[in-house]
Amino acid sequence: MSHANNQAEKIKAISGVNPLKCMKCGKCSATCPAFNEMDIKPHQFVSYVQNGDIEALANSKSLWKCLSCFACVERCPRDVQPGRLIDAARQIVVRTKGQTGLAPEEIPELLDSEVPQQLLVSAFRRYRR
Amino acid sequence: MQRIGVFVCHCGSNIAATVDVKKVVEMVQMEPGVVHAEDYQYMCSEAGQAKIAAAIHEKNLTGIVVCSCSPRMHETTFRTAAERAGLNPYMVEIANLREHCSWIHKDMEEATKKAVILARAAIAKVNLNTPLKPGESLVTKRALVIGGGIAGIQTAIDIADAGYEVDIVEKTPSIGGRMSQLDKTFPTLDCSACILTPKMVEAASHEKITIYTYSEVDKVSGFVGDFTVDIRKKARSVDATKCTGCGVCQEKCPSKKAPSEFNRGLNTRSAIYTPFAQAIPNVPVIDRDACMKFQTGKCGVCEKVCQAGAIDYTQKDEIVTQKYGAIVVATGFDTIKLDNYDEYAYSQSKDVITSLELERIMNAAGPTKGHLERLSDGKHPHEIVFIQCVGSRCSDDRGKSYCSKICCMYTAKHAMLIRDKYPDVNVTVFYIDVRTPGKNFDEFYRRAVEEYGVNYIKGQVGKVIPQPDGKLLVQGSDLLDNKQILKEADMVVLATAIEPEASVRKIATMLTASIDTNNFLTEAHPKLRPVESPTAGVFLSGVCQGPKDIPETVAQAGAAAVKAIGLLAKDKLMTNPCTAKADELMCNGCSTCANVCPYGAISYEEKEINDHGIREVRRVAVVNNALCQGCGACTVACPSGSMDLQGFSNRQIIAEVDAICR
Repeated sequence: MSHANNQAEKIKAISGVNPLKCMKCGKCSATCPAFNEMDIKPHQFVSYVQNGDIEALANSKSLWKCLSCFACVERCPRDVQPGRLIDAARQIVVRTKGQTGLAPEEIPELLDSEVPQQLLVSAFRRYRR
Repeated sequence: MQRIGVFVCHCGSNIAATVDVKKVVEMVQMEPGVVHAEDYQYMCSEAGQAKIAAAIHEKNLTGIVVCSCSPRMHETTFRTAAERAGLNPYMVEIANLREHCSWIHKDMEEATKKAVILARAAIAKVNLNTPLKPGESLVTKRALVIGGGIAGIQTAIDIADAGYEVDIVEKTPSIGGRMSQLDKTFPTLDCSACILTPKMVEAASHEKITIYTYSEVDKVSGFVGDFTVDIRKKARSVDATKCTGCGVCQEKCPSKKAPSEFNRGLNTRSAIYTPFAQAIPNVPVIDRDACMKFQTGKCGVCEKVCQAGAIDYTQKDEIVTQKYGAIVVATGFDTIKLDNYDEYAYSQSKDVITSLELERIMNAAGPTKGHLERLSDGKHPHEIVFIQCVGSRCSDDRGKSYCSKICCMYTAKHAMLIRDKYPDVNVTVFYIDVRTPGKNFDEFYRRAVEEYGVNYIKGQVGKVIPQPDGKLLVQGSDLLDNKQILKEADMVVLATAIEPEASVRKIATMLTASIDTNNFLTEAHPKLRPVESPTAGVFLSGVCQGPKDIPETVAQAGAAAVKAIGLLAKDKLMTNPCTAKADELMCNGCSTCANVCPYGAISYEEKEINDHGIREVRRVAVVNNALCQGCGACTVACPSGSMDLQGFSNRQIIAEVDAICR
């Protein structure tokens, strides 16, 4: 399996999302409050993962513009949940940069201007459960 | 000892691609009783059936096993073929090598092994089969149609035209159904009432049709050709034989606060009411929950003003018991509740409406007398947004998994009609896909775009936000432009998913007709028997079977009628000989079987029994073969093991299990 495919599979595994369920209705992009800030739009995220074009995702602005508000997750009629895909892509980027994900006790140390706010929101969401 | 022939079908490549049919033939020849085995490409074809007949003659076969598809598909075919060749049809068994084996396995070796085991089981059973003879039952020449919408009306007229008595049972005070609520119909734009009301009159005046409105089916017993049905005629509080339909009672009724069901709750009606002016029968009913006379005891205005003396506050529900040979279900649909779709602000704004509500607004007899206006302030709208697929095509638990099928076309219709009548109104449609298969359908949709300038945007709406100034801010996707759109609208119309009428569950249970997870009634075969329920004598008409538009509904209604007529035209039906039978020597008269029998087919007799030389009078179970449906409940309930199902005896089933476990 190629590297790109491997990464796509990882995103699917982390997010638990099956991009093939998408019927391309665009409700995620219709509902996204950060839409105008994004270069790759939420609905495009799904097809990027499906096509294994993870490098473009990793380098996109969108990755750090997503507010993790999960409105797209809430309203997606096909249970595709683009917000979870974005969340998973972020984790992969963070991990490949040599980190192993966030533990709650590490968070206070990380609170500086270099860490994207969205990542923390996601981390809190993840570890709250 | 039986002389058994085994016939292994390739089913083209359906079976042969996964099962080594030659190997199956070779293996079954070693089974006890088997004197002949062969394979063929299509056993069900004429040539295949001829092979079976030839083998029966040449080898003097006493029983056969056909290794083919499901018995639901071709058991009758092969039984008939055997009968023509002089064999009792109940000496035929089917080993289902397709659905139960080849279709669900990939590995040839394993599938072949399983195929041999399935064949063995069937052979073991045939070894114990005995010839059975079907009995006869009479057919009551009368049909019941449940539901008085266009589906039920058309089915009833078609059956009645063939000369049979038909009763329509309709739950609401008038026949007409959903179609009576529609304004215009696609793709010809003819007025719905103009084409429906003559049909309603035709049904009502047909000498062979009896209509029970404001009535429900209470109880169903019996079986194909001989159903007994209790119809509950709900108390109308109005004597239909005296009422002249003058309408004065409705006019004078002081209690006018009940939401009008016919107008989808957009306005109110009086407590004594007919749903709409062209109602059939034109006899009002009193809604007792809304009536002051019934609630407080004070009022009685309708009784005072009624010149005919037709008001009767003491009327009670009445049960009519009637026998039928066939039952057609035509219970129709409703739109889904929108409680799970808060993002569209349906509960927050009166100007967010469903398409069915728009039908009433567009209709001259509707709450706004046909004027397009905002329900919040009565103002003329300038921007209208339509949202498609609201609750349809959802795999989450909020909506329905299916496409509601009619929405693309009625939205194009609404958009076109609005642009035609009010050229100053801009119309935008947010769609996921436009699905317009059907005669003149796509042309119709294109006309909306090309001639009427309706703005179609590919993308779903995320949310509708009511603004302080009364406008509605619509936030949606334009996927082709890769943009998020913010659009101010005066009205938003939701193409709300349709679902089977809620009462269909209860009716399906009474009829023992199967329904799917979405409450649509299941067909006997999705392609080859689309208007029949798997329950014999029960037929399906209209949306209760699946989403469909008016022409499809009418076509299906006619098809259901033909099937019902085909049944009613018979004087007698062959009954299934696979009925229960009690062994008198073993029966101890405990009544357990009678208590579990869902068909009331078991009674008891005091009978003199000769038990190995001892003569005594005993109470023993007797099965009425006409009533018994062969469900087998009694055979498992019987504590002494005296009940047995003919054709599926305990010995036969154990022999099958033994053959599988060998």
